[in-house]
Amino acid sequence: MVDIPYEGIEGIPPAEVPDVELYHPRSWWTRYVFSQDAKVIAIQYSLTATAIGLVALVLSWLMRLQLGFPGTFSFIDANQYLQFITMHGMIMVIYLLTALFLGGFGNYLIPLMVGARDMVFPYVNMLSYWVYLLAVLVLASTFFVPGGPTGAGWTLYPPQAILSGTPGQDWGIILMMSSLILFIIGFTMGGLNYVVTVLQARTRGMTLMRLPLTVWGIFTATVMALLAFPALFVASVMLLLDRLLGTSFFMPSLVEMGQLSKYGGGSPLLFQHLFWFFGHPEVYIVALPAFGIVSDLISTHARKNIFGYRMMVWAIVAIGALSFIVWAHHMYVSGMFPQFGYFFATTTLIIAIPTAIKVYNWVLTLWRGDIHLTVPMLFALGFIITFVNGGLTGLFLGNVVVDVPLSDTMFVVAHFHMVMGVAPIMVVLGAIYHWYPKVTGRMLNEAMGKFHFWVTFLGAYLIFFPMHYLGLLGVPRRYFELGDATFIPSSAHSLNAFISVVALTVGFSQMVFLFNLAWSLFKGEASGGNPWRATTLEWQTPETPPGHGNWGKDLPVVYRWAYDYSVPGAAEDFIPQNQPPRARKLIQGAAS
Amino acid sequence: MAETVLTNPGQSTAQLEGWRGIAADWASDQRAFKNVSWGKAMMWIFLLSDTFIFSCFLLSYMTARMSTTVPWPNPSEVFALNIAGKHIPLILIAIMTFILISSSGTMAMAVNFGYRRDRVRTAILMLVTAAFGATFVGMQAFEWTKLIMEGVRPWGNPWGAAQFGASFFMITGFHGTHVTIGVIFLIAIARKVFRGDFDVERRGFFTSRKGYYEIVEITGLYWHFVDLVWVFIFAFFYLW
Repeated sequence: MVDIPYEGIEGIPPAEVPDVELYHPRSWWTRYVFSQDAKVIAIQYSLTATAIGLVALVLSWLMRLQLGFPGTFSFIDANQYLQFITMHGMIMVIYLLTALFLGGFGNYLIPLMVGARDMVFPYVNMLSYWVYLLAVLVLASTFFVPGGPTGAGWTLYPPQAILSGTPGQDWGIILMMSSLILFIIGFTMGGLNYVVTVLQARTRGMTLMRLPLTVWGIFTATVMALLAFPALFVASVMLLLDRLLGTSFFMPSLVEMGQLSKYGGGSPLLFQHLFWFFGHPEVYIVALPAFGIVSDLISTHARKNIFGYRMMVWAIVAIGALSFIVWAHHMYVSGMFPQFGYFFATTTLIIAIPTAIKVYNWVLTLWRGDIHLTVPMLFALGFIITFVNGGLTGLFLGNVVVDVPLSDTMFVVAHFHMVMGVAPIMVVLGAIYHWYPKVTGRMLNEAMGKFHFWVTFLGAYLIFFPMHYLGLLGVPRRYFELGDATFIPSSAHSLNAFISVVALTVGFSQMVFLFNLAWSLFKGEASGGNPWRATTLEWQTPETPPGHGNWGKDLPVVYRWAYDYSVPGAAEDFIPQNQPPRARKLIQGAAS
Repeated sequence: MAETVLTNPGQSTAQLEGWRGIAADWASDQRAFKNVSWGKAMMWIFLLSDTFIFSCFLLSYMTARMSTTVPWPNPSEVFALNIAGKHIPLILIAIMTFILISSSGTMAMAVNFGYRRDRVRTAILMLVTAAFGATFVGMQAFEWTKLIMEGVRPWGNPWGAAQFGASFFMITGFHGTHVTIGVIFLIAIARKVFRGDFDVERRGFFTSRKGYYEIVEITGLYWHFVDLVWVFIFAFFYLW
């Protein structure tokens, strides 16, 4: 074997942190239910998020039935339609995507990828999941309370969110706020763990600049979430007080049901500022883990090192920072001071620069790579295309003059579903196909996987591409039915019916995926420890699935970055991060 | 993890200057913050997040106060007390502030004795801190009662903008909750200190981890933060 070219290894630094004391479960309950093992917590998070996500999926079918075939289904009335919209949006954005990326993938991958035995505070990590579960249960309970869930739209704008006439005014809105507050408390406990684990509990040799981009994405997103969720927390508390105690933080004086309401002097705009100060970073809280994961998928399955690693890291950080100063681009038509639009449009368009860097780097990673069209790779490619599409319509909506006529139309719906619905979901699915072997020791069935990919990918385009066109026609969003509006041609109605049929088909095709998950658990082909021949640490565990404490007796030592694929002269086309360089002295002592 | 391990960080990165040096330091091996334990790092990051919560509360209050068309009640009148026939503005708040700042002093002493492993003094000083905190919360309860008797409600008050009562109860209530949690935290840790848990390295009931005297300092971080927030509330709500 030839000498492997490698820069910058002089020796292994001494361990700075003594080995961690793990909690060792003594019973079935503490092993599988009240577990303090991040991997079990990750699976709990993922299953809960998927379960509530399926509820949101069914809600989207009901919405599409109504939109595609108005008047046909008597069991959907206008109030219910609004409730479906609200719950679909809230569940998908927060309870599914945020929880799955950070609570699910974060918990599973961070300790394994940084070479830790577990999160730094496993007990707090466990509490995080149980509070999250409570939040989900409170949210789900709104389907069964008098008046049903809130129909205020996922943005929950006051004044209408808490006024009579909005569905769910009795209990729905109260429970929604309570659930959000619980979610934020639970997330904070988990998020602190993820951040401290990445910063302070890496194994020897694992500098920040050797972290896989997956960890960088999840880490940055978690930091953002810790700084953005406070705004939602405050907005939820204040809206709850407005609803329960009759304070007027957000409520102007207005006439409700023919009577002057008890409210007065509050500012609805204040809520919008607080909400979007959370809401815009939230987009990137979902997107950054997806960026990170997709970088690793592409590099692994194209057998080529990621192009411009350092720039990829800085782009993630820059996007994270910039996303805190763009929030009011959601408010161009809100009546805020108009010149703010100039500032926020500028910052919004600046975000395109680091984002474009990332897209170029993904493409350049693929260029002349040894591309294996495995299922994870297909989803990763699907992500890039979808994300570029969604990002380009973002340029439309980021400009004030273009946004104003497009506001509240189906164009907006198409845009955000492409960019933060379909694109991150593509990554979630690809990531599940990629890491399922590590979690279970078995491969997912590839034939079912390919079928799943093509139906999902093509279906998503058939659903959301025509929606742009509907939006340009002026078809409004959140409308129960379009009626006989003259500006909407009949072709728009047939297009709506078409979209609905495709949406139902794509929705049902996800059942193939769920079946695949269950089937492969028992019948899947045994994967071995490293089926994708990947370099990162989680594939180098002594056991698959990794045991309690992840690493057996000794922690791994990291000698190289995460992307040594197809290194010229190396025996294999991948070199694991913990493989020592040959023809060099391993340890030159602590002081080197 | 065990007590802080002192290392000699950054030998290979010492030559780098400017931004590259900063990046290299932060990105260095194993730990970004050298000699900072997990617990302490976690508390600092939590406090950063909590800062954002209080900032949002205070900014919302300021927005309400600046945009209301109804006059804002004069705080120095509202929070005045008649003591021995004298009308003293803001006296109660002044005493409360004094008590809370004093509790920061006893807390700092507790941290000092904690690192000297002086079990009894540490516990006593922590309990004194907790007592100051409880007094603060008690005086806040008195203040709330007084205002409620005078007709201040979250939805209105006799003197002006309704948002006055709303912001007051919300912000002081949220801060008071923090102080109360801090008092409970202090008492729990003081009990452990007094029992000698950190001398015999007794394992936690839930976490099965050893405890260290450093937890006194971590409690202190939280406590000082709560005090600091109060200074901002004092400045923005009572003095403005």
